[in-house]
Amino acid sequence: MYIIVAGGGKVGSNIARSLIEMQREVTIVEQRRDRFAQLEAEFGHSAMLGDATEIAVLERAGIARPPELVLAVTGDDEDNLIISQIAKEGYGVPKAIARVNDPRNQQHFDLLGITETVCATSGLLALVEHEVPEHGLVRLLELRREGLEVVEVQVQADSPAAGQRVAGLSLPDGSRLVSVMRNGVAEIAVGETVIRPGDQVVAILKPGAEDKLRRVLVG
Amino acid sequence: MIIGCGRVGSAVAKQLAADGWNVTCVDEDENALARLGAWKGGFVVGHGMDADILEEAGAPDAEAAVVSTDGDNSNIVIGQILQRRFGIGCVVVRVLDPARAEFYARLGLRTVCPTQTAISTLTDAVRACEAAPVPVPQVTT
Repeated sequence: MYIIVAGGGKVGSNIARSLIEMQREVTIVEQRRDRFAQLEAEFGHSAMLGDATEIAVLERAGIARPPELVLAVTGDDEDNLIISQIAKEGYGVPKAIARVNDPRNQQHFDLLGITETVCATSGLLALVEHEVPEHGLVRLLELRREGLEVVEVQVQADSPAAGQRVAGLSLPDGSRLVSVMRNGVAEIAVGETVIRPGDQVVAILKPGAEDKLRRVLVG
Repeated sequence: MIIGCGRVGSAVAKQLAADGWNVTCVDEDENALARLGAWKGGFVVGHGMDADILEEAGAPDAEAAVVSTDGDNSNIVIGQILQRRFGIGCVVVRVLDPARAEFYARLGLRTVCPTQTAISTLTDAVRACEAAPVPVPQVTT
């Protein structure tokens, strides 16, 4: 498996190291000379100096082979977008994963068809939300391409769902309960499962049904 | 709409305004307004990647846009946002790198490459000179 890593900062260099340990063939491209010198010292010929948004640089890195995977992980969202677009649309790279630095730019990646993205800020925010259960509905996972999301809610004593069977709940269209966790033990939610106060309920739903689901479960 | 009101953007803005267009400029630097002289058009301070700023500058109703910030990659991304998200039919994007300009032209973006124009103009200027290239002597073995 051949992989091009565009961007040799903390993210890029750590990924490249791990991939090389996993016996993958890697080229890591970095435009800053000082960073490149460090990368070359560690990765030797696997490190390349240049701007990965330049087509000639990508070609020298072997974009035309093409690699199975391109990781666009520079600190610039514009650059990551361009690298991913050139890889996918210009050279038929089957998979490009882009780093989103500013979560506000996520919409641009979606618009331009860069569906595989990773945003550390959004991920951390989701974890922070997870620590604040009174917020209601916590988003655990977003399945962008499938158009689904997985959420979790904590049922309270005064929640409308407390004491009810799953089959008896009028859940909104496009939503389904997946599991119920009680005292640290999770069980798959079936029609006969009875929801108790304190339960952590995981549901899968289509975006847009969040408010209705929240009303049914926790009011 | 003119995104990026530097030397190029401001001059294009003034010319189009003189032609009768209703022009709004967007630039990160509020001092860029000074380049427009006595300006009667719109001016919004902000980054062209910010969809709220683009909306404020009138992207939903705009009929044409020129993207001429000092970053090729920013221009290409902003141009595609204006084209695909706001549905502006005439989006012209300045891209200094000829290779990227050509690549995105193939993807349907109207790119203008001043570097390519300079290359052609300079080459043609030399070709138009009376001086002719010195023939390279053939080496016979």
